[in-house]
Amino acid sequence: MADTEAKMVPFVERMPRPPLVEKNRSMASVTDLIAGGVERKTPLWWWIAISITGSFAAFGVFCIFYLLFTGVGVWGNNIPVGWAWDITNFVFWIGIGHAGTLISAILLLTRQRWRTAVNRSSEAMTLFAVICAAIFPGVHVGRFWMSWFLAPVPVPNWIWPNFRSALMWDVFAVSTYFTVSVLFWFLGLVPDLATMRDRARSRFAKFCYGVLALGWRGGNRHWRHYEMAYLILAGISTPLVLSVHSTVSFDFATSILPAWHTTIFPPYFVAGAIFGGFAMVLTLLIPARALYKLHDIITWNHIDVMCKIILVTGSIVGYAYIMEFFVAYYGGNPFERFAFLNRYFGPYWWASWTMFTCNVLMPQLFWVRAFRRNIWTVYFVSMCANAGMWFERFVIFVIALHRDFLPSAWRMYYPTWVDVFTFIGSHGIFITLFLLFIRFLPMVAISEVKSVLPEADPHHRPHPPSIGSGESMEEARA
Amino acid sequence: MSAAAVRKNAFGAVAEFGSAGELYHAAEKVRDAGYRFWDVHSPFPIHGMNKAMGLKKSPLGYIIFCGGSLGCLTAVLLEFIPSSFLNPLIVHGKPVNFFTVPPFVPIMFELTVLFSAFTAFFGVFVLNRLPRLHHPLFDHEPFLRFSTDGFFLVIESVDPKFSDTETREFLEGIGGKAVAVLYAND
Repeated sequence: MADTEAKMVPFVERMPRPPLVEKNRSMASVTDLIAGGVERKTPLWWWIAISITGSFAAFGVFCIFYLLFTGVGVWGNNIPVGWAWDITNFVFWIGIGHAGTLISAILLLTRQRWRTAVNRSSEAMTLFAVICAAIFPGVHVGRFWMSWFLAPVPVPNWIWPNFRSALMWDVFAVSTYFTVSVLFWFLGLVPDLATMRDRARSRFAKFCYGVLALGWRGGNRHWRHYEMAYLILAGISTPLVLSVHSTVSFDFATSILPAWHTTIFPPYFVAGAIFGGFAMVLTLLIPARALYKLHDIITWNHIDVMCKIILVTGSIVGYAYIMEFFVAYYGGNPFERFAFLNRYFGPYWWASWTMFTCNVLMPQLFWVRAFRRNIWTVYFVSMCANAGMWFERFVIFVIALHRDFLPSAWRMYYPTWVDVFTFIGSHGIFITLFLLFIRFLPMVAISEVKSVLPEADPHHRPHPPSIGSGESMEEARA
Repeated sequence: MSAAAVRKNAFGAVAEFGSAGELYHAAEKVRDAGYRFWDVHSPFPIHGMNKAMGLKKSPLGYIIFCGGSLGCLTAVLLEFIPSSFLNPLIVHGKPVNFFTVPPFVPIMFELTVLFSAFTAFFGVFVLNRLPRLHHPLFDHEPFLRFSTDGFFLVIESVDPKFSDTETREFLEGIGGKAVAVLYAND
């Protein structure tokens, strides 16, 4: 009898999933938590943090101007290493952006409801990373004021870009990616800006949020179009995000250089981008979660699944490293074979082994649940992945270039102080933008988090929560 | 009659509901009562509300398809007119004509996505008649909780079935709390 009764109850009610928002928070308390963090007085840590990152950003901008006024010679790049830290940094930053789009687009299509807690901040991270990425090829062209030649503009001297060049595809891919990410991010922000507007006490805040919220009033006739647009933006962003890093990899894969000329590049670059991006998401969100006390919204379950994604993509990247090495041996091309032996046993061996350790070996810690649930191991592995992904690009670009076809052209590459500080400066710009974002805009998508609360379901029957304790909805209202 | 004068500047009737579920069932009743100019306001999109309100699927998808197609066409013209006719750029001795399509595809794809995204973004606001600077609902103080945890149902006075008294009673009858009729010149 008891057995049949148990069978009558749907599985999901007998074995409920862990709640996405912990402590049974009500809608009002979710709003208070997220919007309240923006509304309170600017905390001291924020001023300290932004003055440090702002200084780095300012010095980075100084280095860029120094480069523009002096010439690309202030960097360490020289033939045969024509692409060095600049392109390494470009690919590093553009790759970081991919996690944000993966969370906002691909996880929406696959109905991963946990994405709601992290999508806003990771989309913002995407935008800031793409801004940092765009700096490097922009200034690397040398004559910065000529970079409009990249645009297909009819001009009297009949200069048209070569549309069949992978570099041209890259210009279109990255600029489209940035534009679509901005639109997607802003569309998601509109309902939350309306929340900020309706809560704002000062006239100035009400005016600013009011203008940005575009008069949003949450009617279902509006949500109907909004949801359709959101779904389609997710649908078109999914192939877009996969194409952007594939296109970036074409910059190398369509060349004839040993170690670049490989068909494995597009999927390998995309997996690496997602790997590095999730590491950066964790790097930013673990401190932000603690500072804004968002532990009930960005829970351990969220960190756990992101660690699993790092484990999977890190292993895919590891497979690609090993497969590249195998194909170099099996393909029988002596140049290719030399390039790969030189990668791991040549003068830059330390870079390659750092890459392999950080990207392939360290994430294997995440097979163990205890390591996925310890803030220090999670942070340590994320930092390893950030460093490892930068080294991966350095390994691919610089090591492939520094041993040219003719030994007489061989040359080592060393960065100059301008290289170093431009790179550090780009981190300053990135974190400064992120600090401004978390100070003035809700860093979690309030309306989306509410939509995954149990009571958001119109057919929800209130029953005592089976997991988690704390204040009930009625108590929170009162 | 004075009732007719009141009706002239009435914007509509607002009722509040306790939860997404209550709003959902109220919407079904308003739909069955035959109202046409009404809406429900909630902090997030409620699953299945389109059915409860008797609304069809958003036509935005078709509009975006047109936008995306226009993007693809733009890329085709942008690439082939200069490359094939105005300024044929011969690289690696390869011909520049319609037979060498594959290297032109990435930009076609990117512009398709770009134009679709712009259409989606601006389409939402055009279809929703947004942005607008003000709306009579924002004068109703309790309504501002729609973006936090309030669930509201609004029947507008332009609806042929709208009447100050009957609509108010109807909304109270289906479980609406704090029912109020809003006037434009309040």
